[in-house]
Amino acid sequence: MLTSAYFISTFTDIFGIWVLFDRFKIIQGWTLEELALIYGIMHMGFAIAEGAARGFDSFSLMIKHGDFDRVLLRPLGSLFQIASREIQLMRLGRFIQGLVILLWGSQKLQLPLFSMETVIITLAFIGTTSLFYGLFVVQATLSFWTTETLEIMNITTYGGLEAGQYPMSIFNKIFKGFFTFIIPLACVAYYPLAILLQHKALPLWLGILFPLSGIVFLYLACQLWKIGVRRYHSTGS
Amino acid sequence: MKGYLAILRGRLLALLQYRSAVMAGLVTQIFWGIIKIMILTAFYAQSTSSEPITLSQAITFIWIGQALLQLLPWNVDKELEMQVKNGNIAYELLRPLNLYGLIFSRALAMRLLPTLLRSIPVIILAGLFLELSAPVSWAAGMAFGASLVNATLLSTAMTTMVIISLFWTISGEGIQRLIPHVTMLLSGMVVPLPLFPEWMQPFLNLQPFRGILDIPSRIYTGVIPIAEIHYYLGFQLIWFLFFVASGKYLIEKAMKRFVIQGG
Repeated sequence: MLTSAYFISTFTDIFGIWVLFDRFKIIQGWTLEELALIYGIMHMGFAIAEGAARGFDSFSLMIKHGDFDRVLLRPLGSLFQIASREIQLMRLGRFIQGLVILLWGSQKLQLPLFSMETVIITLAFIGTTSLFYGLFVVQATLSFWTTETLEIMNITTYGGLEAGQYPMSIFNKIFKGFFTFIIPLACVAYYPLAILLQHKALPLWLGILFPLSGIVFLYLACQLWKIGVRRYHSTGS
Repeated sequence: MKGYLAILRGRLLALLQYRSAVMAGLVTQIFWGIIKIMILTAFYAQSTSSEPITLSQAITFIWIGQALLQLLPWNVDKELEMQVKNGNIAYELLRPLNLYGLIFSRALAMRLLPTLLRSIPVIILAGLFLELSAPVSWAAGMAFGASLVNATLLSTAMTTMVIISLFWTISGEGIQRLIPHVTMLLSGMVVPLPLFPEWMQPFLNLQPFRGILDIPSRIYTGVIPIAEIHYYLGFQLIWFLFFVASGKYLIEKAMKRFVIQGG
């Protein structure tokens, strides 16, 4: 019952997208097969980042209870192992779904296997994973300054995923600007794929450069984390 | 009756403790609504033929959906779930309230109170700034109100069914994992039901989830004309009665099992 539930639940998400494409056929020049590439990369990257960042969920709780000093993971660890099992299954499901969709799209578009296309897609995946991981780091870092659970940050992580799985061109200027220059969501997947699929007439090497913005973002996020750690130590603990 | 009201009041007070979560939830939903609207607008931009609903109507559907998100039967009271799982629910039988009524009131509180808290700000913001249009007519507005009452009853009865189903499964996980997705899809929350493919419409028109969101939205926007509302209000009530009857029946059976196992 549980496994079939997971299986079905991963598909209801994309079902909504399929319904819209079935009716409207394309969105701003992107077909379902092309969107599948962005969708796949986004969900795969998010799944890995979320899985790797799971430690941060418990982290903000540790700060709240003042356990950071002790870093006594064992009692907390067992508790979260129970909860984490279900969550990990969910993330695996998301990753597999993303991969399946990506492969479907690539096959439909007849993308050659060992080519520039694969390189760009792989880099986009790495960039996306880095970006989302960076966002989770920022979310955890903010718990140094406020003890609230910062659900607003979920807008950038889950909201970013929701928005990022579509071609950025459909959003308004403010959105595009924010997701290009502040949180480079558009840069890690949309721009490289737009170049690859020739929706944008930009040179191919830019398609390789764009995903690196995700890695840069992750680096900056980690710097922010370091600042947070230093400040925490200096507030006398 | 007083017992049930006390339960409702207790739930409301508990919910109001989480004010910052409420704010965060509001911002999140506004954001989600804005994204969905941009997505739909982009799709409609290249629509060459006429669609079952206009873009403006679809946008209204989206905002009504965001406002009524908490009304969907997608989660159950963790406390209640625990009680059922470890059998403590038996203590509730000692109270002078019948068990179905008890669960129903808890479910009603779960559905109604968060919805009231969330929907009012969403409607105000969306109406003022974000392209939510007013109901098509005064009559439509009033019919909408009636359909909301029915939707609340229907959703509460469905939530109660989910809780009762916990008596019958070892872990509630399977159903609980599935329910949010099924609910969101079939109620029209993910994509407005009129936009689904033609061949799915007959099925979609009969399933109960549409009574929670889809039918009120259609009444509001005039997709369902005033002349026909009694069919749809009736639809909601019929499903409501079905779930209440099934729920009561299942509880009877579960209670009998309870007693046999030496409770």
